[in-house]
Amino acid sequence: MDQLLNDFSPGLFFMQAIILLILILLMRKFAWKPILNSLQDREDGIQGALDAAAEAKKEMQNLQADNERILNEARAERDSMLKEAKELKENMITDAKVEAQAEADKIVAKAQATIASEKKAAIADLKNQVAGLSVEIAEKVVRKELSGKDKQLELVETMLEDVTLN
Amino acid sequence: MFTGTVVWASSGDEQHKSKGNPIDTKEEIDAYIRHHLQDSHDFIFYTDGETGTHYGFPLPVILWDGGIKTFMSSKFHHGESVAEVGGSYYKLYHGKVYKTDAEGTITLDDHDHPTNAKPLDFSITKSVVGMLFAGLLMLLLFSALARGYKKGPIPSGFARVLEPLVIYVRDEIARPNIGEKKYRKYMGFLLTVFFFIWILNLLGLTPLGFNVTGNIAVTVCLALFTFFIVQFSGNKEYWKHIFWMPGVPVPMKIILMPIEVLGMLTKPFSLLIRLFANITAGHFVVMSLIGLMILLKAQFGAVGSTGISLILTLFISVIEILVAFLQAFIFTMLSSLFIGMAVAEHDHH
Amino acid sequence: MYNLIGAGLIVIGGGIGLGQIGGKAMEGIARQPEAAGKIQTAMIIIGALLEGLAFGALILGK
Repeated sequence: MDQLLNDFSPGLFFMQAIILLILILLMRKFAWKPILNSLQDREDGIQGALDAAAEAKKEMQNLQADNERILNEARAERDSMLKEAKELKENMITDAKVEAQAEADKIVAKAQATIASEKKAAIADLKNQVAGLSVEIAEKVVRKELSGKDKQLELVETMLEDVTLN
Repeated sequence: MFTGTVVWASSGDEQHKSKGNPIDTKEEIDAYIRHHLQDSHDFIFYTDGETGTHYGFPLPVILWDGGIKTFMSSKFHHGESVAEVGGSYYKLYHGKVYKTDAEGTITLDDHDHPTNAKPLDFSITKSVVGMLFAGLLMLLLFSALARGYKKGPIPSGFARVLEPLVIYVRDEIARPNIGEKKYRKYMGFLLTVFFFIWILNLLGLTPLGFNVTGNIAVTVCLALFTFFIVQFSGNKEYWKHIFWMPGVPVPMKIILMPIEVLGMLTKPFSLLIRLFANITAGHFVVMSLIGLMILLKAQFGAVGSTGISLILTLFISVIEILVAFLQAFIFTMLSSLFIGMAVAEHDHH
Repeated sequence: MYNLIGAGLIVIGGGIGLGQIGGKAMEGIARQPEAAGKIQTAMIIIGALLEGLAFGALILGK
């Protein structure tokens, strides 16, 4: 201890204090402050970049989910459209079928009606002709044959038979 | 380290000794080592024992003795003659400047300490040169690192070695001990002290013969800086824990007060003693092992003693490189620990 | 002479203390290798405190 106190040099202590003080101030100004600031900036930058990357990844996932959703929607829409078209087609076909049936029925009915009326007319015409023919025949027969009573009767009878045949 | 040992060994014939009489006894080697451990006013690399010529250069001496007196240390002629400046006479005795009469008489007391008056000695001594060198080196290296950041976020070249060290001090020493919020304020001091001590410790391992951090005045100054920073940054809780410890009965508080005050003072004391003793012991051991080369010459021959000394010195020198870092680390670590204790926000228990 | 005995006692005490610190730290690291860094730092700090004590005693006694 004695030796140490004797070795202690106040002058060196003083010089050291001044040098250390100046050194601390100089180093703070010219070295530590810019270095620590740059380190801090760099670390903040790295952190920021990492955060941004995470954010971008999240965004990407969102985007992907969005895409998926849109795709699904589109698919659904297409399906529904296809279904609609199919329905429409079927409807059209059935409609057409019904219409065609109706038309056909109508035509058939008309044709039948026409046939019926034609038939009627034909029958009427025939009757008229038959009647006319019968009258003519009757005239002829009557003129020729109405000499004998038997022959007249015979004739009437065969004629009547023919008439009922129609 | 190898060249270091050789130069030290070859400069073993140095200082004080009369011509043609190399240092070769135990007492002389001991005295030589003690001389090395002290600060000196000149820079001597080598002394020719035959002619007594010293190879080196003198350093300026600045004395305060009723006015500033400056002269070059060459006036002392390595302690052999009296320097006369402005009517006063000064003489070097064991590396210290004493005021004497014209003949240079130095009177000793019972403990072999001179009773002569000591002028205040603000000389640019070897240690001051070492400190200036370390300071300049730090300024150059770290301002280059700081400038490097202007070019881009990643430093290049040697700055790449320095950057992790700065980050190490910040993340391993300051942040965990002082706390995330407050550490920034103390970084200037901690970083400066860390690199200052480390560079000076390593400088002491070079063959230039510096022994700066093994100087009690230097470590006292460093520890006082820590002491004042701790006291000035102490918050209310800190002082309360010293003078009126909460949570203990009143008689205990009174007993604890002087103990806590003593603790406040022993913290920087242990800091300064640790650094001083470690570096001094390191230098002492290295030089003693080199001295073995001379002492064991009689038993093992020149080659044998040199070999033994070389291997042992190499081994210790490698350990000293570790110690150089460890002491800088411990000093900074404990400083930041003490600062952290002073600024900590205590949760009330 | 007494100085040297005192110094010897200090070294013995310090050695025992350092051995305890180092040994317990090793045990701790072996038990929890992931906490090795923290244990090492704490070990160095306690070692330094002990060292300061021992050096203080050595120098006061000198």
